[in-house]
Amino acid sequence: MQPSNSINRRAFLKLSSFTGAALTIGFYFPALAAEDASIVTAATANNLGIALNAFITIDKTGKVSLVNHRAEMGQGAFQAVPQMIAEELEVSLDQVSIVFGPGHQSKYGGSQITGGSSTVRGAYKHLLRTGATAREMLIEAAAKKWGVPKEECYAKNGEVIHRTSNKKLGYGELVEEAAKLTPPKQVTLKARKDYTIIGKPLPRQDTPAKVYGKAEFGLDKKLPGMLYAVVERSPHFLGKVKSYDDSAVKNMPGVKHVIKVQMPVFNTVREGIAIIADNTWAAMQARKALKVEWDITGFEHLDTAALFNRMKEDLKKPGLSQRTGGNFEATFAKASKKVEAIYETPYEAHACMEPLNCVADVKDNTCEIWGPIQGPDWIQRDLADRLKMPIDNITVHMTFLGGGFGRKAFTDYTTEAALISKEIKAPVQVVWTREDDLTQGPFRPGAMYECKAGLNNGRIAAFQTKMAAQNMGHQNPGADKSSFNDSTTEGLPEPYFNSIDHYSFSDVPTESTIPVMWWRSVYSSTNAFAYESFIDELALAAEKDPIDFRRVHLRDERHLAILDKLEEITGWKTKGKNSGWGLALTECFKSIVGEAVKVSKQADGKLKIDRIVAVMDCGWYVNPDIIKAQVEGSIVMALGAATIHATNFADGKAVETNFHQYRMPRINDVPDIEIYIMENEEKPGGVGEPGLPPFAPALCNAIYDLTGKRIRKLPFNMNEV
Amino acid sequence: MASYKLSINGGSYAVEADPKMPLLWVLRDLLNLTGTKYGCGMAQCGACTVHLNGNAIRSCSMPVSAVGNQKITTIEGLSTDNSNAVQQAWIAEQVPQCGYCQTGQIMSAAALLKRNPNPTDRDIDLAMLGNICRCGTYPRIRKAIHKAAAMMKQPPAKSF
Repeated sequence: MQPSNSINRRAFLKLSSFTGAALTIGFYFPALAAEDASIVTAATANNLGIALNAFITIDKTGKVSLVNHRAEMGQGAFQAVPQMIAEELEVSLDQVSIVFGPGHQSKYGGSQITGGSSTVRGAYKHLLRTGATAREMLIEAAAKKWGVPKEECYAKNGEVIHRTSNKKLGYGELVEEAAKLTPPKQVTLKARKDYTIIGKPLPRQDTPAKVYGKAEFGLDKKLPGMLYAVVERSPHFLGKVKSYDDSAVKNMPGVKHVIKVQMPVFNTVREGIAIIADNTWAAMQARKALKVEWDITGFEHLDTAALFNRMKEDLKKPGLSQRTGGNFEATFAKASKKVEAIYETPYEAHACMEPLNCVADVKDNTCEIWGPIQGPDWIQRDLADRLKMPIDNITVHMTFLGGGFGRKAFTDYTTEAALISKEIKAPVQVVWTREDDLTQGPFRPGAMYECKAGLNNGRIAAFQTKMAAQNMGHQNPGADKSSFNDSTTEGLPEPYFNSIDHYSFSDVPTESTIPVMWWRSVYSSTNAFAYESFIDELALAAEKDPIDFRRVHLRDERHLAILDKLEEITGWKTKGKNSGWGLALTECFKSIVGEAVKVSKQADGKLKIDRIVAVMDCGWYVNPDIIKAQVEGSIVMALGAATIHATNFADGKAVETNFHQYRMPRINDVPDIEIYIMENEEKPGGVGEPGLPPFAPALCNAIYDLTGKRIRKLPFNMNEV
Repeated sequence: MASYKLSINGGSYAVEADPKMPLLWVLRDLLNLTGTKYGCGMAQCGACTVHLNGNAIRSCSMPVSAVGNQKITTIEGLSTDNSNAVQQAWIAEQVPQCGYCQTGQIMSAAALLKRNPNPTDRDIDLAMLGNICRCGTYPRIRKAIHKAAAMMKQPPAKSF
């Protein structure tokens, strides 16, 4: 799922502004596949010419600045990363200020992509060690100054303290000396029981700015002399401009330029006409007067029904195998009970509340980008290529993101903005209207799943899934279209592969010109509906309670603990007949989540969700309140995709253009959500996405429990069940 | 183009604008008051909510020519010293995730509490139905509004 090019690791380092009268220390990976990062000072990094992935700098006033290499799109990276640093550095959280690391792959090395729920789980060890290393150097500097053994000193609250004499020195007084020391090779990390910051529900530092209206999102960025652009793009996917008439547009108030632009969309190009004006509204008004004739030859005039028929046909073809074990066919043929079902999930839009936008300022040999951006280093590389500029002349600034969900990891909108700025020779902000945002894609791919299983003695003996869906990876230029989808099993808990002897997972890549892209939890968001609904069907076929049936197949401590917890919280054993309970348990991005939903019928016969409970096992964690917020949000997003919205297509165009058609969950659709976090010493797992996949199957399993009606196609209308 | 004198957050602002230009874009592009957000342009999402004479309105669908001398309050003017109970409750309940829709949510909640200091869950649902949050912060929004209602009943904290 990564773009096909590997990351260029040319390393230049421009840390000179951080050397000198401050202690600056950061980590880098000495080899591409290295597991352990090396921790060095800025001076060493400069001398060696190496790149740092993240670093902290402590100045002479004792202020700690953390250059954060992750985007903040609501998931709390802005909080979790400083919490880790502050813990080991022995400073309070308010002593740490955060600087967004601008996209600069040669500076940070490696990928800065914020995706795959990876901020904490990807770097936690290195961030902890960076903080601890700085702490040890400060202690050593103080010990030297006092002429005492460093073992007699400890650090607390931004100071080094001599245990016996109680002498104290603030970090600011020690940085100059500490910066001259060699970082220790080994540092002892704090034990979890000694944590005062990690594991605590500390309030997020970005909250006040966000409630006072002072947080700067991409759309809020202003530059002197900046113009505003909107772009009329082909309403058909990937169409080109045949001709256009701007005679009614050019003289409209505020309009400065009307130009043809191109936007790369994976292996093809979408064209449009950009209208550039001195304010957003003027550009939007002028766009309405523009006449464009589109060349849509070669593009498909698909509608939703035809698209899903194509998937249905694809399910009859042999699949590209991702994972097999034993002999499915033979075991299935002889199984005492056979179950088969087909599940269907829709295309979806990301619909971030902040529509796509990008500010670009392209000069003769430099390019600066500001915007809501998940993948700054990809943008940097893309623009170096397209603008034919040295990569170090391209700077990508990340603002706050008004939602991301995968969409803002794509480089189409930033390239388009840069090309417009280059042509008009002025800084420009390209604003996508909500209509552009909802209709242009890329979308989450819709999918169809054929599930078959054979049961013997109340257990799954054979299990097969074939998925028909567009393969995101196949869109890249030069992609091998005979390659299987490596996400076909995403979301399915790993222990099933140990307890089921005969299994087969494959996919048939459905062909379509609709551009598709990661959507929160990616293929898990659709896979889990099929897998966890089907497991429920199998439990019922085996005449077993759904929790007990899963216990038989999930012989793993962590999975069993989640089932126990769900059983306890829901009062599962004593659930009555007047309400329905359903559950689902999924695993992705190295976290395991179980969710249970209770539904009942109201007086008018309509279904109502009474309770939603979630049990998250993400291993070692930083901030429980952020985890709860992420699981709440994931469940609400899943509720929308299961019961309210979908992107449909007609004549090769997206049908839903704004929120009156792409309806979203609103406050009255969402009951309270109860969340429990498992306590264990496992490695940290992802937090931003894993709470989404189990919700839809848990809800549908509950509806079956109450009504006997099995829902195999999303979205469905709660009022019509 | 026409000249307008707008009363915003207690101050007076002179702007030259197309009479049809929505208040939203006047605030954002002409006056640089960017706390009010663009979300849909058709009064479906509430990200652009401001107060007009104390009532919550969608500024994306209000032409500047229709404002007249009515008093506009934006998120920047909800309180001068960050003491507004709704904003404080939003911080206490840690409502925002991405935060983009929250200024609109807060303006809707503040207008609700002004006319109904004791809202029930159902009152809250009805008042907040017009504000979409893609991050799904709704359960926390509900809690924060109850909290703000309680805070507004407390006498203001004395400062020493």
